[in-house]
Amino acid sequence: MEVKPKSACEACPQFNADGLKKLGVNTTDFDFVVALAGNPNTGKSTVFNAMTGLRQHTGNWPGKTVTRAEGAFEYNGDKFKLLDLPGTYSLLSTSEDEEVARNFILFGKPSVTVIVVDASRLERNLNLVLQILEITSKAVLCLNLMDEAERNNLEIDTRTLARDLGIPVVPTSARYNRGIPELIQTISELANGKIVCKPHRIKNIPQNIEQALEKLSTEIEQVYPDIPNSRWIALRLLEGDRNIIETLKTGEFV
Amino acid sequence: MDTKKIDNIISLSNDLRWQIGDEFHDNLAEGIYADAAEIVKDSVHKKDEKGAIRIDAKIDKIITSKVWGFPLMFLILALVLWMTIVGANYPSAMLSGLLLDTVHPALKGFAATMGMPWWLDGFLINGVYLAVAWVIAVMLPPMAIFFPLFTLLEDFGYLPRVAFNLDHLFKLSGAHGKQALTMSMGFGCNAAGIVATRIIDSPRERLIAIITNNFSLCNGRWPTQILIATIFVGALVPATYSGILSLAAVIGVAVLGMVFMFLVSWGLSKTVLKGEVSTFNLELPPYRPPRFWKTIYTSLIDRTLIVLWRAIVFAAPAGAVIWLISNIYFGDSSVAAWLIDSLDGFGFLLGLNGVILVAYIVAIPANEIVIPTILMLTVLVTGISGGAGAGVMFELDSVTATGDILRAGGWTLLTAVNLMLFSLLHNPCSTTIYTIYKETKSVKWTVVASILPVIIGFVVTFLVAQIWRLSA
Repeated sequence: MEVKPKSACEACPQFNADGLKKLGVNTTDFDFVVALAGNPNTGKSTVFNAMTGLRQHTGNWPGKTVTRAEGAFEYNGDKFKLLDLPGTYSLLSTSEDEEVARNFILFGKPSVTVIVVDASRLERNLNLVLQILEITSKAVLCLNLMDEAERNNLEIDTRTLARDLGIPVVPTSARYNRGIPELIQTISELANGKIVCKPHRIKNIPQNIEQALEKLSTEIEQVYPDIPNSRWIALRLLEGDRNIIETLKTGEFV
Repeated sequence: MDTKKIDNIISLSNDLRWQIGDEFHDNLAEGIYADAAEIVKDSVHKKDEKGAIRIDAKIDKIITSKVWGFPLMFLILALVLWMTIVGANYPSAMLSGLLLDTVHPALKGFAATMGMPWWLDGFLINGVYLAVAWVIAVMLPPMAIFFPLFTLLEDFGYLPRVAFNLDHLFKLSGAHGKQALTMSMGFGCNAAGIVATRIIDSPRERLIAIITNNFSLCNGRWPTQILIATIFVGALVPATYSGILSLAAVIGVAVLGMVFMFLVSWGLSKTVLKGEVSTFNLELPPYRPPRFWKTIYTSLIDRTLIVLWRAIVFAAPAGAVIWLISNIYFGDSSVAAWLIDSLDGFGFLLGLNGVILVAYIVAIPANEIVIPTILMLTVLVTGISGGAGAGVMFELDSVTATGDILRAGGWTLLTAVNLMLFSLLHNPCSTTIYTIYKETKSVKWTVVASILPVIIGFVVTFLVAQIWRLSA
């Protein structure tokens, strides 16, 4: 893996540097909503800052971001609203601090979900990635902290990874602005339907669970045809989550 | 909406849950991890075994060790404070020279040539301007050093290690281990620390963290501690050692705050906020070499200037209030003199005095202006020369001159010690109180969090004063 120097990339005709405008907090009249999701302390806020030109506080500890920050950028005439979500380990957990992120990923219907992962801890981070891929087909993997992975002597075959996950993979080192132009380009292509994903679906789900999910989600879809992820609601129901039972009754999902 | 269908779905889910059994969650998680392992096997290769992870583990072994963990923590705290205290002196003197000795007379002269009436000139220039100038001169330099140093530590990855070291103590006191993180944020600003408590899941432990965050000595209170310790505690020993002794006194107060945080957390978790301590995972992030200049720049712009701006916004009206209460008369004494007089008896019981108590009432919006208010009111009461007149906030160039005024106002070592204690143990500033309300959405807990520290402050200063006087 190699990270292209910023100048070379921005000079490349593929990336239209003139087409990029960092809009800061000006989030009016956007065309697409992009959510930044990922495990805690993978550098979401740093990616967010690099893309919007904002200075959202960052820190080297899990849980630094507790509120949802919003920013915007414009690329080739499209305005993107970017949401920096607090870190979350799993969509299956019920912890309160992860609720903001969980709800938005599940019900906020973002145009594109950027999943930021720590390249040195890919296996652990994939837990969340695979969960998110169950519920959306417009996602890009931002393989962040590549500089650290290199120092740890890790070699990551991004093409194989992209093929296995079925979504584009962009290696970045957001702290040094490396890979950010490629990420923006990829987000834009995803939003405009130029890239179509075939996201990985979890293969190792035990048969009996799979069947139960299938049954339940079919029922749910009959009552709520517009819901983006009935499978996940089915999962929560199987776990006996009281909140989801309540939301199901009221129909207020966000 | 079709209620019957939804009821059907819910009962179906209950039936299915019975069928698939208890291990459902584990089976699912295992399934996901199995997929993840397969994917990683194909795409990630490790070139050799050596790498940064090993160095991280070595550093962790030392700074989270049972022997070295605590001493290193205090050493780092001492180093940060020492750099703040020593480093702030010079720019502070420069700023006060500029704002108070050059700009202030110029403004007065300008007002005089314009023919401004004395009360307007007093209100605006002696009241509002001087309060703002003091806050900038005294607050800006230490903040511009403290915040970047703190941010560098944060970026390096030290904070979660502090949490790791303190976890046992928090657990003993019935609180959440992540409270160590919110406590550390509180050393910068309590309002920020209270927002940070969102990382604590359990509502019970989060409330404990919110109520006790005020025991983290915040940035508005560091300068008070440093100044008073330098004047009264440092003077106890020969000049060579006075710096070290005052530093030790300030660290002592900060550590005492942590002790109170543990005690009050323990008290709350044994009484009104009973419950089990929840377990949690905290990842120790890899050490990341901070991007030095970027960190300095952003913490200056984002933290320092924002906190400073807040201080100025609150100091300006406070300056006006001080000028007003000193210049509005009831009979033959000003409102300020009357207030000080009526609070003097109570102040004496606490080993403080009326001036200090009035200053703390005026300074509810911002802790930063306690010392200038005290100085100004002391001059007013003692009638000694040195100040610029009734209700005029000022700073003296030298620490010695400040000490002389305070001693003339009847201050002793006891007053100084109790002021330092009271500065640690009193109600949170108004911004923090408002933040507590926003986060808890409860008037009851906001009141508890605001009143509890000040009651503790009264009790502690009272006891210290009585014991001191008995043994003296």
